[in-house]
Amino acid sequence: MTELPTQTDRKLGLVIDLDTCVGCHACVIACKGWNTENYGAPLADADAYGAQPVGSFLNRVHSYEIQPPDNAPAQLIHFPKSCLHCEDAPCVTVCPTGASYKRVEDGIVLVNESDCIGCGLCAWACPYGAREMDPSEKVMKKCTLCVDRIYNENLPEEDREPACVRTCPAGARHFGDFADPDSNVSTLVAERGGIELMPEQGTKPVNRYLPPRPKDVEIDVLGPLLTPVAQEPRGFLGWLDKALERL
Amino acid sequence: MIKQPVLNTSPKVSDEIRRTTCYMCACRCGINVHMKTGADGKQQVAYIEGNRDHPVNKGVLCAKGSAGIMQVTAPSRLRAPMKRVGPRGSGKFEEISWDEALDIATQWLAPIRAENPEKLAFFTGRDQSQSFTSYWAQGFGTPNYAAHGGFCSVNMAAAGIYTMGGAFWEFGQPDWDHTKLFILFGVAEDHDSNPIKIGLGKLKERGAKVIGVNPIRTGYNAVADEWVGITPGTDGLFILSLIHELLRAGKVDLNYLTRYTNAPVLVNSDPKSPDYGLFLRDEEGRELVVDRATGKPVPNDTKGIQPDLHGTYRHAGVTHKPVFHLIAERYLDPQYSPDAVAGRTGITANRIRRIAAEIARVAFEEEITLNRPWTDFRGQKHATMTGRPVSFHAMRGISAHSNGFQTCRALHVLQILIGSVEVPGGFRFKPPYPKPATAHPKPHCKVQPGQPLDGPHLGFVHGPQDLALKEDGSPARIDKAFTWENPMSAHGMMHMVISNAHAGDPYKIDTLFMYMANMAWNSSMNTKHVMDMLTDKDESGDYRIPRIIYSDAYSSEMVAYADLILPDTTYLERHDCISLLDRPICEADGAADAIRWPVIEPDRNVRGFQSVLCELGARLNLPGFVNEDGSQKYADYADYITNHQRRPGVGPLSGWRMTDKGLSNTGRGEPNEGQIDSYIANGGFWIKHVPEAASYYKPWNSDYQDWAVETGLFDKPTPYLFQLYVEPMRRFQLAAEGHGLRQPPDHLREQIKATLDPLPIWYPPFLDGHADPAEYPVQALTQRPMAMYHSWGSQNAWLRQIHGANPLYVPTKIWQANGFVEGDWARVSSPNGEITVPVVHMAALNENTVWTWNAIGKRKGAWALDRDAPEATRGFLLNHLIDELLPARGDGMRWSNSDPVTGQAAWFDLRVKIEKVKAPAEAQPVIAPQNSPVPPAPHDVKRKVTT
Repeated sequence: MTELPTQTDRKLGLVIDLDTCVGCHACVIACKGWNTENYGAPLADADAYGAQPVGSFLNRVHSYEIQPPDNAPAQLIHFPKSCLHCEDAPCVTVCPTGASYKRVEDGIVLVNESDCIGCGLCAWACPYGAREMDPSEKVMKKCTLCVDRIYNENLPEEDREPACVRTCPAGARHFGDFADPDSNVSTLVAERGGIELMPEQGTKPVNRYLPPRPKDVEIDVLGPLLTPVAQEPRGFLGWLDKALERL
Repeated sequence: MIKQPVLNTSPKVSDEIRRTTCYMCACRCGINVHMKTGADGKQQVAYIEGNRDHPVNKGVLCAKGSAGIMQVTAPSRLRAPMKRVGPRGSGKFEEISWDEALDIATQWLAPIRAENPEKLAFFTGRDQSQSFTSYWAQGFGTPNYAAHGGFCSVNMAAAGIYTMGGAFWEFGQPDWDHTKLFILFGVAEDHDSNPIKIGLGKLKERGAKVIGVNPIRTGYNAVADEWVGITPGTDGLFILSLIHELLRAGKVDLNYLTRYTNAPVLVNSDPKSPDYGLFLRDEEGRELVVDRATGKPVPNDTKGIQPDLHGTYRHAGVTHKPVFHLIAERYLDPQYSPDAVAGRTGITANRIRRIAAEIARVAFEEEITLNRPWTDFRGQKHATMTGRPVSFHAMRGISAHSNGFQTCRALHVLQILIGSVEVPGGFRFKPPYPKPATAHPKPHCKVQPGQPLDGPHLGFVHGPQDLALKEDGSPARIDKAFTWENPMSAHGMMHMVISNAHAGDPYKIDTLFMYMANMAWNSSMNTKHVMDMLTDKDESGDYRIPRIIYSDAYSSEMVAYADLILPDTTYLERHDCISLLDRPICEADGAADAIRWPVIEPDRNVRGFQSVLCELGARLNLPGFVNEDGSQKYADYADYITNHQRRPGVGPLSGWRMTDKGLSNTGRGEPNEGQIDSYIANGGFWIKHVPEAASYYKPWNSDYQDWAVETGLFDKPTPYLFQLYVEPMRRFQLAAEGHGLRQPPDHLREQIKATLDPLPIWYPPFLDGHADPAEYPVQALTQRPMAMYHSWGSQNAWLRQIHGANPLYVPTKIWQANGFVEGDWARVSSPNGEITVPVVHMAALNENTVWTWNAIGKRKGAWALDRDAPEATRGFLLNHLIDELLPARGDGMRWSNSDPVTGQAAWFDLRVKIEKVKAPAEAQPVIAPQNSPVPPAPHDVKRKVTT
């Protein structure tokens, strides 16, 4: 049993805009690339060119089809999912070795790989399925919020953000401090009605999702349709004559 | 107190960043390749990210780009030149030296050039060096050169150029910063991918409305505010109905139409006249319009006139009407009313009316005015730039149909009618566009033994006199491009080369030379038949296509069908130029070009294909590739990039050229030995910004025209008017009606009359008239996933974990009718064949359409995948169901499955029937495995550069 901090100085996390995410997986692969080369063991791929390739990823995009009521057209929602850096992270408290921990300074949940015995309890405890066992190293892998980028003095300041945020082509991912009510992420959540994922689990996730805006809104009954200038081509040409006069 | 491990939060990121250009798809983003020193002391690729300064991607990067590290280390990389030792198709090769490989190629090609250069067919698929490869082919003297546009999106490009001097993607883009309504038609999401996503992100941030018109609601259409699940192949009808509604309500920009288009130009309207349908011109050949002030005909560019848009004008006993008059007559017809098209398009009449009203409201009530003074080509000064903020984007979804050219034309005409092209908030050209069809070359095809071709192969025809025909009227080109079957085939017709070469029609060839074109698999219709054609022998036991040379970096399915393999490098091991002479990477606000350079050295015996062509060109003594003393002119492609001049002062790269005042960034100047180094120092690209006064109205903006000349895009200002009415099309119709000396064969007359209409029309996809719609009631499409390039993605260890399988997605109605349940398989049949494949239910789909991801299915033995990889066991191609020819219908003819204007392959016309079957062990048909020319792949990948 590993302890959680009672509170953290900052609450760093992501806002993911489901209205804007086109499901391109850019974040998935930028994450894979950075975290293969950086924090901990490389994210390995077993059977990489074979029948059942199994690689570890810290971020995946799932797509869900939604059938709205009243026969409105079905919708497809792209849903990127990674560790939510919960305040009450069950993956931390379940860890038998203390390898899983939540940082006091910024709330990032990390795995100290040298203490990880690969028991997998944390993955079972996480209600979001956000942890993956590396198929090669047999240590638990999870989103680090690019802790080795966001403070990295070897990177230009503008690049000190998670790899997934830096690469997102549509700008659907935002990084910031949720403890600061004026931060970019807090503002977005307030303006767009950002939601917690599965609050009933009581994990107090830090990351937030911006819900899709309403789609396929049926005809605005007040919105005028076009008024014909004439019913017949001859009448149209009459209109045209007058219109040209006015040019 | 909680104890936390000590963490180094500032680890060293890399030893060096090398900036080059991505090639994981055709988008050509700038990338930062982070290098680290490996255990062997050599620099290795550690991480790839987007280049923030780059005009295309501005720092972001898609999944493909970030997975480049798995591409340059892929086990499918070819390792050395090879010559075939087993039967063709078996994949049995022997590795040889480059000397031997080039000797063989020279021995094959030199006699062809000396005797009859047309016996070489040189086609280069997804080539990004077409201005170079075509130059080589021109020097060789063969008329048989093209790249892959004919089976990709030539309809969009050609329709755009003939109509307004450019189309989407490389030609132009929505004004993402100002547009308020964006309408997206079916699109290939695996390229132009980052710019479109960046743009969509901007629209979302502003809350601008996005409408997606696509039978399938995935990707961009999934985030669209409104989805229009149109019936495939009816986009043109929908667009013409929008035009009907807009015209009826007078919601067209008359001021724009009179100033910037041929709307007022007088058209001969006497059906008995030999010039029926042609423009009225004065003695100097200038198009005439009626000036409302005088009622007299005057040249269209006369200063201060008020051109009339309707009415009739009698001249020499012949009635003439302005183009706009003809437009009004045609599209006000009730056949285009929303009620008339609703059933066919699958869009309700009310919805068509509402979308038309929305376009009109945004265009005419939400005008944008920028305080930017500008001067038009007539010399008139304007204080502001006013725009109609409605924009569109479309690519392959609407163009890969047999009615695709006219559909693309319809979309361009719609944009012009509402005055939204080259204005704030609308569509913007990217330099070197706008460029009218008349400023492009015409096709050339004159073959002489031992001599270069008489000019560029590809171009734009303006009438029957420009067709690529021999003196006896037979096709000059092996692909039959620029013939009566498809007169305006501006990109050639690569998809017809193998079947025509196999049939010896229009003539036999000797050597088929291809680059980066997987014709034995996903790039051909009727894949299985193409494999047979590549291996077929004649009565004397010789291959019908006698010799095949192929260059590729990877072990694609096509490799097994070549006699000689010239292995290319990966994109991080080579020089390239993304040139303004070619398919450029410009933005609306700037002209730009870029390079690739070897950020790593090949660890195999491979060479960049273009460098190989430099040497082969010299061995063959091709003009432009040898010095006066006969020695090799360009040591390699980098040498060519630096020193070649297409016109004096204009070369492959525009940046850092040499002038008498030193290095210049105007775009013009002499070659500079340090040019590539300057590019490398600048992040791999060069950009020259368009001045603010030149930013919009480019075709008519004198500041832009002068800037384009200074930059080397043109040699003199080239203002022009948009062609709502495309007169060259009418010239082909006139020939089909019996006018003129060059006459089409009788069997094509009706097709030409019906389809080469100079104003956009819609007709049903041709297959509908050949395959019984009752027997084949379902339309079948492919899409390209954003996370994998359709040609070479499956070998990528990371990307194949995202898209390793491609089920057939089936809409609810068909799913229920067949009683499908999860895990089921279906037999899918067309008149051309059948496949048996796994099915998955999808509700967000047009109810009569099924689809799958393109080119996920791979052949066993290719791409260094294990033979039991899902790509080879469950993956499949729809290509087996599609033929280059339409099914016979008893008229004694076999009609081409392509657009009759451009010859573009009509991939998306496909009709099928679908039935539930017992799950087979593997997707059907099972194609026999190939021998892999590369060693087996490692089981695990676990890569980290350790020092």
